[in-house]
Amino acid sequence: MADGFLPRIPVGDGIDVAFDWLKEHLDPVFDAVSTVTEGAVETLTDGLLVLPPILFAVLLALLGVVARSLVFGIGSLLGLLLVQSMELWPQAMQTLALLLVATLVSVVIAVPVGIAAAKNDRVSSFVRPVLDFMQTMPAFVYLVPAVVLFGLGVVPGVVTTIIFALPPGVRLTELGIRQVDRETVEAGHAFGTPPGQILRGIELPLARPTIMAGINQVIMLGLSMAVIAGLIGADGLGKVVVTGISRLDVGLGFEGGLAVVILAIYLDRLTAAFGERGTRRRGLRVPFAGRRRRPPTPAAGVPADEAVPQH
Amino acid sequence: MTALRVEGLYKVFGRRPEEAVARLRAGATADEVRATGATPAVIDASFAVQPGEIFVVMGLSGSGKSTLLRMLNGLLEPTAGSVFAGEEQITGLDDKRLREVRQRRMSMVFQHFALLPHRSVAENAGYALEVRGVDRRTRLAAAREALAMVGLEGEADRRPDELSGGMQQRVGLARALASEAEILLMDEAFSALDPLIRREMQDQLLDLQRRLGRTIVFITHDLNEAMRLGDRVAIMRSGRIVRTGTPEDILADPGDDYVARFLADVDRSRVYTAADVMTDADTVVHADDSPSAVLAALGVHGDTSALVVDDRGGLTGVVTEGDLRDAGRPGGAGTIAAHVRPPAARVAATDPLADLLGPVGTSDLPVVVVDDEGHPSGVVHPGAVLAALAGAPAEEADGRPAGVPVDAVPVDAVPAPERIDERPELAGGPRG
Repeated sequence: MADGFLPRIPVGDGIDVAFDWLKEHLDPVFDAVSTVTEGAVETLTDGLLVLPPILFAVLLALLGVVARSLVFGIGSLLGLLLVQSMELWPQAMQTLALLLVATLVSVVIAVPVGIAAAKNDRVSSFVRPVLDFMQTMPAFVYLVPAVVLFGLGVVPGVVTTIIFALPPGVRLTELGIRQVDRETVEAGHAFGTPPGQILRGIELPLARPTIMAGINQVIMLGLSMAVIAGLIGADGLGKVVVTGISRLDVGLGFEGGLAVVILAIYLDRLTAAFGERGTRRRGLRVPFAGRRRRPPTPAAGVPADEAVPQH
Repeated sequence: MTALRVEGLYKVFGRRPEEAVARLRAGATADEVRATGATPAVIDASFAVQPGEIFVVMGLSGSGKSTLLRMLNGLLEPTAGSVFAGEEQITGLDDKRLREVRQRRMSMVFQHFALLPHRSVAENAGYALEVRGVDRRTRLAAAREALAMVGLEGEADRRPDELSGGMQQRVGLARALASEAEILLMDEAFSALDPLIRREMQDQLLDLQRRLGRTIVFITHDLNEAMRLGDRVAIMRSGRIVRTGTPEDILADPGDDYVARFLADVDRSRVYTAADVMTDADTVVHADDSPSAVLAALGVHGDTSALVVDDRGGLTGVVTEGDLRDAGRPGGAGTIAAHVRPPAARVAATDPLADLLGPVGTSDLPVVVVDDEGHPSGVVHPGAVLAALAGAPAEEADGRPAGVPVDAVPVDAVPAPERIDERPELAGGPRG
């Protein structure tokens, strides 16, 4: 009796019971997920560490030049070399691997759900509160059940990262599809285009800049969560930061944090560059011309001239 | 056979649409139905479009014209009634067959062009064929051909957003033409363009139509555009078609006050043609005729000038009563050859009134309407032109029944002039 008026509803107890049940009955499932995820992250980490750090940093910088500009490439190279010189390269690659796996899974879930929500108002009205819940529930709260179900290590890190990073992917996909010019979609129907072809050939290409903005947000949120995942034993920069905090080692914590910032800025600018080119010709055009940010191209046609002659 | 036929078409949005249709059929007004929560967009529309015809549906925004158009190709399902393309009923087709109809028999042009910004102009123009599964090479060849038809052959590899609005809509038109569908639906196709470009596009459409002879249903809110393009025009108001007819018919007889109010804004000088305002040339004489005979004939008909034709009936000029009288010796011998003057203008029956205004206004001589062989088919009096511009139908301009033969006048009243041609077959009535 909290205030003598409402009974105390044992929400927490219910959650506990539910998790115990899950743990008891679906353990093989969680084990399988665990094995696959761990394998994926470890393989990817090994892959990222195959090349010598400096060579890999140069390659990443070149990708930045192609996708964006020479200035961005030089900045990326300096940042990545700083990570290496702080001797945080392996941890950075572990974080990157965790992030890439989490992002891939998030996108694979988020884009179809976003499309379904855009096509169907009922799906949308169901999905929206779920996303609100996922996004606003304090991130630390996910950590404990994730550990309960998957044990310590990288897997609960990936799972919590996915939960935390998924919502903007769904939201922006839905928004992107809904914003596609209605008349252009209607034109598809008017020429007898089957629904699948309308989605692939009209809606997704026209929604691409918005969907890419969503994926960019997924990566950014994922990176912030990947660091928190250091608390539950996921290897990587998060662990460096956590170690720094627990030892009250300001310098170490700061170095770990700086490496995260460099990774974040690189990934943000890179993915943003892909989004901006959404409606443009694909391929590499004049990489060294020092292109500036283009204004986003309108989704379709010219803005409607609604000032029609009066009659 | 009609190309497109619509029978008793209804579209009601909102609550219980079928019930609303039943009430409308029973005579309820749109407002009464609206009070029950349903919104009637199209009410009992019926019309038939002939092959090769441009059928314009004109109405203000909210009159239901776009809804009507979208029911023709099944983008919207009618609440009641049916649509036939040729012999095939469009309403009630399953999705697959409906897509086939849209791929092969009907294409559409949109107000805001609706091009795919991530595809080249040629890929856009070939879109209909791509959907139909035509291989890339064939469809790009067809696309280039269609682009050439609309004068965009040089832009095939550019992106739509690199083109001006008028050019983008030409791509939209090329896309519709490349599909080779016989029925073309155009939804306010030129409304987003500025007036000069719009005019150009209208001319181009008419020109293409002369060559291709597609069946076109054209939606517009611009009555001038409707009158310019339409072989027939249907005027919609609050979901109902209130008047259907040729532009000339509608101008001459609006049918109700609503349509009449619209017509106040129409540029009549571009709708009416010389044929609509000409009257029969009653006094047609030969250059060898004597002045007295011609004056007598003019007196009989109450005319002040006569048309002069050669032996084959071709127009050589005009003579005026004043010239003959000034020449003196009325009733004297000789011929009128010396007094023959060129008319104010020779025009074709299909010339718009706008082209007649100059000659009619600046010369006292008659403006003569001639046919392809140069035979006069009528004359245009300034009064008739002014009456047409003011909205009065053409037939009153003359003031007396057309084509009264000279024989009807008592022969003994005047000496019958020699070789006065009676040419009732030249009498041209209003077009249509």
